[in-house]
Amino acid sequence: MNISMILNGKKIQADIDPDMLLIDFVRSQNCPSVKRGCETANCGLCTVFLDDRPVLSCSVLAARADGRKVTTLEGLQEEAYEFGQFIADQGAEQCGFCNPGFVMNAIALFRENPDPGVEEIKEYLSGNLCRCSGYEGQLRGILAFLEWKKGGKQS
Amino acid sequence: MKTVNQPLRKKDAMQLLTGQPVYVNDLAPDNCLIVKLLRSPHPNAIIEEIKTDTAKKVPGIEAVFTWEDVPQDGPRFTLAGQTYPEPSPQDRLVLDRHVRFIGDPVAIVAGRDEKCVNRALRMIKVKYQVLEPVLDFRTAKDNPVLVHPEDNWEALCPVGADNKRNLCAHDECGNGDVEAVLGDCDIVLDRTYHTKAVQQTMMETFRTFCTIDTYGRLHVVSSTQIVFHCRRIIAKALGIPKSKVRVEKTRVGGGFGAKQTAVIEIYPAFVTWKTKKPSKLIFSRKETQTASSPRHEMEVRVRLGAMNDGRIRAIDMYTLSNTGAYGEHGPTTVGLSGHKSIPLYGKAEAFRFISDVVYTNEMSAGAYRGYGATQGLYAVETTVNELADILHMNPVALREQNIVKEGDFMPAYYGETNTSCALDRCIARVKEMIGWDEKYPCRDMGNGKVRAVGMGLAMQGSCISGVDVGSASLKMNDEGFYTLRIGAADMGTGCDTILAQIAAEVLECDYDDITVFGADTDASPYDSGSYASSTTFVTGKATERAALRLREQICALGAQLLSCEEDQVVFDGEYVICEATGKKVSRMDIATASMCGNEIALEAVETHSSPTSPPPFMAGAVELEVDLETGGVEVIQYAAAVDCGTPINPNLGRIQAEGGIVQGIGMVLSEDITYKGGKVLENSLMQYKIPTRLDMGRIHVEFESSYEHQGPFGAKSIGEVVINTPLPAITAAIHNATGIWFRELPITPEQIVMRRMEQNA
Repeated sequence: MNISMILNGKKIQADIDPDMLLIDFVRSQNCPSVKRGCETANCGLCTVFLDDRPVLSCSVLAARADGRKVTTLEGLQEEAYEFGQFIADQGAEQCGFCNPGFVMNAIALFRENPDPGVEEIKEYLSGNLCRCSGYEGQLRGILAFLEWKKGGKQS
Repeated sequence: MKTVNQPLRKKDAMQLLTGQPVYVNDLAPDNCLIVKLLRSPHPNAIIEEIKTDTAKKVPGIEAVFTWEDVPQDGPRFTLAGQTYPEPSPQDRLVLDRHVRFIGDPVAIVAGRDEKCVNRALRMIKVKYQVLEPVLDFRTAKDNPVLVHPEDNWEALCPVGADNKRNLCAHDECGNGDVEAVLGDCDIVLDRTYHTKAVQQTMMETFRTFCTIDTYGRLHVVSSTQIVFHCRRIIAKALGIPKSKVRVEKTRVGGGFGAKQTAVIEIYPAFVTWKTKKPSKLIFSRKETQTASSPRHEMEVRVRLGAMNDGRIRAIDMYTLSNTGAYGEHGPTTVGLSGHKSIPLYGKAEAFRFISDVVYTNEMSAGAYRGYGATQGLYAVETTVNELADILHMNPVALREQNIVKEGDFMPAYYGETNTSCALDRCIARVKEMIGWDEKYPCRDMGNGKVRAVGMGLAMQGSCISGVDVGSASLKMNDEGFYTLRIGAADMGTGCDTILAQIAAEVLECDYDDITVFGADTDASPYDSGSYASSTTFVTGKATERAALRLREQICALGAQLLSCEEDQVVFDGEYVICEATGKKVSRMDIATASMCGNEIALEAVETHSSPTSPPPFMAGAVELEVDLETGGVEVIQYAAAVDCGTPINPNLGRIQAEGGIVQGIGMVLSEDITYKGGKVLENSLMQYKIPTRLDMGRIHVEFESSYEHQGPFGAKSIGEVVINTPLPAITAAIHNATGIWFRELPITPEQIVMRRMEQNA
């Protein structure tokens, strides 16, 4: 079947199988940042934005994105870099495999709630699993980033 | 120190955080054949007949391989990645007519895309002769049913293995007369603890792609911790010379020991070697949960003898370990359960440690951070906590009285001396951090909830003494920048970065002046690989020595350019200066000169191995809240103090500790493995619950560093020791809240409620 969408700001068209998942579609469209960590919508690694809202691309059919706007980390490089530095300053990126999904969802959080508290941060990102960092360093990075956004200093 | 001990950013950090394509599946060529495995539905069976003709006719299918394509009487091999001659028994074939666990590969299918491969998998018809399985590891030894009855099973090392007894390994060792000392003690605790085959659950599942290179060799690109062992294993599995195999790693999306076993590589390697076409295999999460290399299930019996004043006098340990269907890491993991737990109580007069590792028809186990020490420390530390309870002593005081000190000889630790140890300071620090004196043992919160604290100690090693080999090559390039080549594997841990920090410290340059390459069997100097907590300690020392050698070479060329003798010059990182004349030549000019009419190599390779393995130490304490009605346990905070010697990069060291602690929390509270008829029930992240960020409270880590003279800049290791303390600490805190000792992990709310009901009945 034919679908079209705005992928990272560019209009694209493709002929796909109806059962193709969005994760496989965006990866085939040169968006390798999108990672698969499970098949059961538990890990958060495959997070992308569908019409600016975070979704798990392993659980969305590519056909569902027809006529809509899809954003991956490839389309958010500036924001990812700006925020990512604070995670890097904690060493909390570690193996990096969960990073794209985590960074996507963190960006979604900051857009939705520019001044979240610790519990709100943990709650919002609870679906983004990470096995390396133990989460505490990611939290430190997020808090440092928010502080900097408010006009404080970079860590 | 300018670079060492600094919290620098990981060299690859921004690439990873912005989602660049650096992992196996991002780099695999588009024309790879997709490889998948048909797996056995039976825990023990012989393949009587396997029909593949229909499957082979599916459009797009390139090849279907079965046991008939693999010589069944050929040499067997192991997938464990350790130094040759590998202690794990040689008990595998690429495809075996005899399948030994639910998930054991029956056929390899390769085709154009996933769809046709999945279709072909459904079309393979297999007739099994179903055999009785061995499913209880407590009855496996000398069971009439043999997991490995075959004659070409082989153990290359004397590890007490005997396939006719279902024994993968057996060992006995000790010091002093343990029975006599126990007989003379005021109190002897006899306790048995059980831990399960929990999963590393790295976020990137197992994955490998293979191609044939320019010279007709097999090029394997994999997410692995052990490129060199992988080359050996693949060559043996395929029956081809090692010179025909090149193994390269990409970024690794987490390892934790899982990728110290060649779980996946042999299958695409087999396909590409046979078809001469590129291929790739990506394990699903289900495969990673059910047919991989988890922690060895262990039952550890501890008999601990002490006096009424708290003096611990003897430890007698028996460990029964379940290696599953194959023996990967079986003989070696079990050793750590005793050798890296008993030595904590250094004042004991005697110890004995006996172990059996048995085969069963369950998933094969492997290496997982902590590597047996985790299980042993859980048992010993919980016994010590139980002793404190019985003697009405404060567990902190009991430990202060008994722990190993710097300078102590450690008979249970391979007869090595404790050359650096700040465990006493770690305990004191943690006691303060958690507020032990105010909170021990518990506080009733008045709402059906009880808050309690608990603690545990840990040690590990910094390498495998006299075995692990680390190497580093350093060369100077144009403009004077350096390239560091290593065979160790950065799997997110940051070894590329910390090794560059060590090199930069010695070369007195900026750490950005050093680029790192690793790891590739064709291009890297030999390294055993990244496991056994060895990279900082062993490869780090090799890096330090390579940098020192390169300094000498830079001075030699600099002296030549300055027309003076080598012993007259000094190198300050930027210039070689002739002390007699004051003339100097810059690093950049030396580098340029090295590429014109030069005969002095500006490249140094050094190899290092250590005769001893100085243990890192750690103390951890938890504060948690138990809901007595529901059995729910909430971790409030976890405090830990680590003695890893000098932390080369305090940020990365801290993250190692925090990550390890959270994995440990998962192992105590939520990560369960249950088998039903030989089948793992927790086959997805839906059932296998690793901690989320809502499950770990707040974590506080501090360093209490000793200085280890044998390590680079005083460093020991940190990678593994950090996973161990939550098991005994949380177990003790739950006891302090409920009055119940739980001796099997995980401790779930259901178990807490059930035991409390029994207690109240």
